[in-house]
Amino acid sequence: MSENFTVPANLTRIENDKIPKVSHNGVIATFSVKTGLAQNLKNGVIMDVINAEQARIAEEAGAAAVMALERVPADIRKEGGVSRMSDPKMIREIREAVTIPVMAKVRIGHFVEAQILEAIGIDFIDESEVLTPADEQNHINKHNFKIPFVCGAKNLGEALRRISEGAAMMRTKGEAGTGNIVEAVRHMRTINNEIRRASAMSEEELFSYAKELQAPYHLLKETAKLKRLPVVNFSAGGVATPADAALMMQLGCDGVFVGSGIFKSGDPAKRAKAIVQAVTHYDDPKIIAEVSEDLGEAMVGINIDTLQDNQLMAKRGW
Amino acid sequence: MNFIERPKQISVGVLALQGAFQEHIHMLQSIPKVSSILPVRTAEQLRSIDALIIPGGESTTIALVAEHSGIWENLKEFVRQKPTWGTCAGMILLANEANNTKKGGQKLLGGLDIKVNRNQFGSQIDSFESLLHIPQITSSPEDPFPAVFIRAPTISTINSLEVEILAKLGHNVDETDASTVVAVKQGHLLATSFHPELTNDNRIHKYFVEHAINYIVSGQNGKKEISLKDGNQNTQKPT
Repeated sequence: MSENFTVPANLTRIENDKIPKVSHNGVIATFSVKTGLAQNLKNGVIMDVINAEQARIAEEAGAAAVMALERVPADIRKEGGVSRMSDPKMIREIREAVTIPVMAKVRIGHFVEAQILEAIGIDFIDESEVLTPADEQNHINKHNFKIPFVCGAKNLGEALRRISEGAAMMRTKGEAGTGNIVEAVRHMRTINNEIRRASAMSEEELFSYAKELQAPYHLLKETAKLKRLPVVNFSAGGVATPADAALMMQLGCDGVFVGSGIFKSGDPAKRAKAIVQAVTHYDDPKIIAEVSEDLGEAMVGINIDTLQDNQLMAKRGW
Repeated sequence: MNFIERPKQISVGVLALQGAFQEHIHMLQSIPKVSSILPVRTAEQLRSIDALIIPGGESTTIALVAEHSGIWENLKEFVRQKPTWGTCAGMILLANEANNTKKGGQKLLGGLDIKVNRNQFGSQIDSFESLLHIPQITSSPEDPFPAVFIRAPTISTINSLEVEILAKLGHNVDETDASTVVAVKQGHLLATSFHPELTNDNRIHKYFVEHAINYIVSGQNGKKEISLKDGNQNTQKPT
């Protein structure tokens, strides 16, 4: 199944030699339909919200989608315990409150949570390291679902493994709930660096590089040719300011997820709006300066080196 | 009458506030009659282009970002004068009226005398691909256009004889009838429910560029002045 991978149309410049024809007639849940929603979300901000009221604030600020969850990562960190999929009732309330797409998280490997989210008609599923993993070896076989999935990655190998399992969209993991951008930058730079290396390799070298990255060869080859991940790639985990968001956009991601950064700050509505503007105008420092003015208190933030190894969410996922 | 040379090439802008605008840009790169392609984020950029594409994305987001970026009024003015094509979210923004909008309503640029139903087919699970016969674009039903419908809007009402139907759905999709209109043209405006930019078929992009060139030529010749109705205002029919 994974060999059937096709790059989302026009994600990169068209090559004339490669024009696959769509032959479906009124078919739902094709890979194009899944990656198509991810392409529509590009250059947008997806915001974590825990209730209908926050979802409305996000929508009014210009969020391209909302992520419905019971506790934002900062609170998951603080309160501890097992973190699971949200109550379907709460997800439904959020869906009813907004018209933009609604995403929700499932635990890594927990395909029944994913079946539940598919049954209630969510728009996108995040198989997320922010929740407590349900399987320490296997991720969900995402080809089996009609709903598109987004997954996190720290490096190219991890990203391509998730895509081969059927992910229609990726995001760099960062370190959720810290308000610290350092890990998101590390992961984005790692992926960029590995793609650049792959792009300069001969086919022979790519075979060996695929082994090193533990990535499927055909996806690595496609990535090397495109010079980017072969699906839409957002940034996540640690975005707290408009400058953080613009930084990730300039590093080459297609959009950003903001988790705790908005609703753990002093003035969520204003900060949310400012981050949206910063993503659109990411290469215009004057506008970023303007929107960064007077945003009130940012979330407090955690220095990564003060966290124990077992407190790092990015390490979850295999 | 002055002899006006038909422009060989035009510059096309793609509204680059949110959504799949790079996909449109990549598509336009395959069309020789496009001299330059500009991602548009400012009023100044808007002034430098001959025609505009409003891409798919979230229509609420695009409207809010346009407003917060201070180009909403410029866009409104642009779409009343110059060739513009809206895909999916872009079609919603070009409509004079929309259903199923967010609480408190949604701002629309307007220009097309149509009413659209947002998210006609439901949530993402109901998104689909379908082959469409578009008589002005596809030469025969055997050579259909691959249409990608993502949380797509459809046209529920057409409020003017000036609006020309380009395509209907063609087959029933759940409760949505086969006769539902999914692509229209009115004067210099074009709108599609689906996403040609998410396919490898550039026929509608070529059609839009030709359409824009024709409009520019007819405008220069002074033969035909196309005025558009703005919301509830009544304007005279063009002569």
